[in-house]
Amino acid sequence: MTTTASPAESTGAQGAPGTTAQRMSPGGNPMGFGRMLRKEDARFLRGQGHYLDDITMPGMLHAAILRSPFAHARIRSIDTSEAEAHPNVRAVITGATLEGLKLAWMPTLSMDVQAVLATDKVRFQGQEVAFVVADDKYAARDALELIDVDYEELPPVVDARRALDPDAPVIRDDIEGKTDNHIFDWEAGDSVLTDQVFAAADVVVTQDLLYPRVHPAPMETCGSIASMDKVTGKLTVYSTTQAPHAHRTVYALVAGIPEHKIQIISPDIGGGFGGKVGIYPGYVLAVVGSIVTGKPVKWVEDRSENLMSTAFARDYHMKGEIAATRDGKITGLRVDVLADHGAFNGTAQPTKFPAGFFHIFTGSYDLQAAHCKVTGVYTNKAPGGVAYACSFRVTEAVYLVERMVDLLAGELGMDPAELRMKNLIRPEQFPYTTKTGWEYDSGDYPRALQKAMEIAGYDELRREQAEKRERGEYMGIGLSFFTEGVGAGPRKHMDILGLGMADGCELRVHPTGKAQLRLSVQTQGQGHETTFAQIVAHEVGIPPEDIEVIHGDTDNTPFGLGTYGSRSTPVSGAAAAVVSRRVRDKARLIAAAALECSPDDLEWEQGRWQVKGDPEKGKTIAEIAMLSHGNLELPEGVEGHLDASVVYDPPNLTYPFGAYICVVDVDPGTGQVKVRRFIALDDCGPRINPMIVEGQVHGGLADGVGMALMQAIAFDPDGNNLGGSFMDYLLPTALECPSWETGETVTPSPHHPLGVKGVGESATVGSPPAVVNAVMDALAPFGVKHADMPLTPAQVWRAIQGRPMRTDLAVT
Amino acid sequence: MQVTITVNGQAVTREIEPRQLLVHFVRDDLGLTGTHWGCDTTQCGTCVLWLDGVPVKSCTVLTAMADGHEVRTVEDLEQDGRLDPVQQGFMNEHGLQCGFCTPGMMMTARWLLDHNPDPDESTIREAISGQLCRCTGYENIVRAVRWAARHEAEAREPEPAAAAGVAGVPAQSAPTGAGEAEGATA
Repeated sequence: MTTTASPAESTGAQGAPGTTAQRMSPGGNPMGFGRMLRKEDARFLRGQGHYLDDITMPGMLHAAILRSPFAHARIRSIDTSEAEAHPNVRAVITGATLEGLKLAWMPTLSMDVQAVLATDKVRFQGQEVAFVVADDKYAARDALELIDVDYEELPPVVDARRALDPDAPVIRDDIEGKTDNHIFDWEAGDSVLTDQVFAAADVVVTQDLLYPRVHPAPMETCGSIASMDKVTGKLTVYSTTQAPHAHRTVYALVAGIPEHKIQIISPDIGGGFGGKVGIYPGYVLAVVGSIVTGKPVKWVEDRSENLMSTAFARDYHMKGEIAATRDGKITGLRVDVLADHGAFNGTAQPTKFPAGFFHIFTGSYDLQAAHCKVTGVYTNKAPGGVAYACSFRVTEAVYLVERMVDLLAGELGMDPAELRMKNLIRPEQFPYTTKTGWEYDSGDYPRALQKAMEIAGYDELRREQAEKRERGEYMGIGLSFFTEGVGAGPRKHMDILGLGMADGCELRVHPTGKAQLRLSVQTQGQGHETTFAQIVAHEVGIPPEDIEVIHGDTDNTPFGLGTYGSRSTPVSGAAAAVVSRRVRDKARLIAAAALECSPDDLEWEQGRWQVKGDPEKGKTIAEIAMLSHGNLELPEGVEGHLDASVVYDPPNLTYPFGAYICVVDVDPGTGQVKVRRFIALDDCGPRINPMIVEGQVHGGLADGVGMALMQAIAFDPDGNNLGGSFMDYLLPTALECPSWETGETVTPSPHHPLGVKGVGESATVGSPPAVVNAVMDALAPFGVKHADMPLTPAQVWRAIQGRPMRTDLAVT
Repeated sequence: MQVTITVNGQAVTREIEPRQLLVHFVRDDLGLTGTHWGCDTTQCGTCVLWLDGVPVKSCTVLTAMADGHEVRTVEDLEQDGRLDPVQQGFMNEHGLQCGFCTPGMMMTARWLLDHNPDPDESTIREAISGQLCRCTGYENIVRAVRWAARHEAEAREPEPAAAAGVAGVPAQSAPTGAGEAEGATA
């Protein structure tokens, strides 16, 4: 029951899905879009995946990192003599060693620097202090105990809200002339107009909101194996990276190794979620270790190292204000953000946008004015900030606006669904330019919300809630409506470290008609080997089982910036479609030569160029492939073989959206929240593989429940990380997750060759406010308006008592 | 010290460090890298394998403790070139994404079905609640285990078991077209 225009109608794509009956390949797979079991599963199911720690190299040594126990301390001295005397230790490297190599500091993805190994001070608990290379991993860990570091403790900056106090300790005294902990101020929108709109508003609601620090915590931690061949000068690095090409360039810039001598191989990755985008000191140290020892060196962090030192996410302290008329027309939105970036500014986002895409915070609503201001500060915490499926901080933006809308609904006494419906951007307003400059490509928001409410049985839920309240039972219903901007992005606006965010793609059709597709993006579980084969099958009619997708090896794939920010399908998916169409166009010329007709006389039908009006005469893509490699006389200007390459520069972001509804039951005696139902309606355009899309949504919903109810990394007054293991940093299990209910509408992107929009992070972005709104709805009878995530039993109980706590600091 | 452990039906004898963890023995000494490790503190369950027929988290078992005992790992699920129904279920219901937790999940699922051939959703959730998955939100893992249960039941009773109508499990194993774009699945 598709009710929207098919991509064929809206984008001019040929043979688009939904227009004809599904064609199946000889292997039983869809020749294009549709449910297809994953090609990559064959190895994973047999325990034959090839993850970083599964890889060994001849003569490989093992490394471990000594980390700081203090959040802020000066290093007086480091004595490594005992460790060096250990019989199985091959090298001990300290900051002093690196200073000699000019490698003690490395650039971050935000134009700051980060210590590879601390030289002067340690600036967060868990910071890298020394690196041991040994014959085996047990010996490497043993030797860490033999290193004696003399620290002089310094007062730490733990509370981000005190980081700019005049008497706050200066964390980054390594930066010449630095006298405070300020990183940047950034703003978007029209502050004057916004002030005017607020001054004229009937109703203004203000609320402080914290999106606490969380960690993506993929099941596989980060690691690297570096092997420097001293004879050839070639550096081979196996690494848990979502962005192998970008890493190659950074290694070249950091270590001065010529880029053509560096090969980065990203093997199977056990989840990334943004945590494997940046370059960590351990990666650089493995390279140094290999250079020093002349052997391959493997470094793999343990779980505590992962949680304490690699990229955290969020940590946004927001003061939100929303303005509206008395009858519920939202007129303005204003937010002031304090962004805790930790000890080094290592956020990973397009250079122009130090707050990522946070300024998409007007969300899905049509309003008159908006303004945001973001101030970034240093604290004595791990660096990071843009990670964990956040679509470059759209997560924080959606949380802000969706909580503010609910608070406004409470103030106006309106149903939150009715308030949203009244203010959603209307379908006829697309393309819609927001008050902070985004051009939303397409959408039908009211229909999505309406449909989600139908799936949920919204009115019935409200009736049930009313009955339960009379019985003293606390049920809550929470909504969120999100719009994401993904698929970064247009080169003229978006780069990371000067590298434009375009992606290359190559398609080679072999003489027998089998094909290889080479991608710059890197799967971490998203199923690229299947989805991208389906794209090629859809465009050139080669069965997906005959298409090998090659990725994760910089020597064998074209350059591109990698997989994060839900960009693989919007950018590389478009590249795969365009490169396939180039091959198809070339095949037409070759077929015409073989059939001795004009290319204009040919039409494309089901993987075959055939003569219009005489379909018996035609050539399949496999026949054309053989002809292209044979001795057929080719038309002038047509080269042999059937290959093509492309670099795709997206004209705009794509804007997936969705309407989510969460139903919770809260036990006021214990503060326990039970998520009873979760309805997720997503519109990511046409779904290449609906099975994979739904799987992406499911995973993000679990993240949302986790962040809303369980996950946070807090710090005690001394700067001790209180979320340094899975005993302390709680992730949702199968018991906390309900059986997800999903739905969809389909609104193609008008500028993407396939109309698709990307979906990898939608649910992580969209679901936390739905859960929080549901809990706040449940607690409304107690007069509770807001409590910060995570809504643990303790937090909910305290909220009921009227004293919710700050969740970024230790409870005192 | 020397240990002799029967791993996937074959007795192996090795010299080991007394402090060595079983997960490291299986992975590093035997090269059976299908068993993963993820947390070192017995929370995540990527290291689950069977010790004497019972799923254990091998990151908190010393190799020495397995001396004289039987270990079964994910590599043993496939028999004679045929995937175990649990493996088939995980594939058919998209019960895995990055694949890192999958071996541990499947070893628990296999054990569950051996002891309860028809577990309901809450039983499955309880059974895997000591294991973490960051990709799937667990929904399709539950469906995968139900798929395996259903197909094993069909294999036992050749009558058309479709009528058995396994509650809560949508019949999604057949390919579906993209034309059904709009709609809800519970």
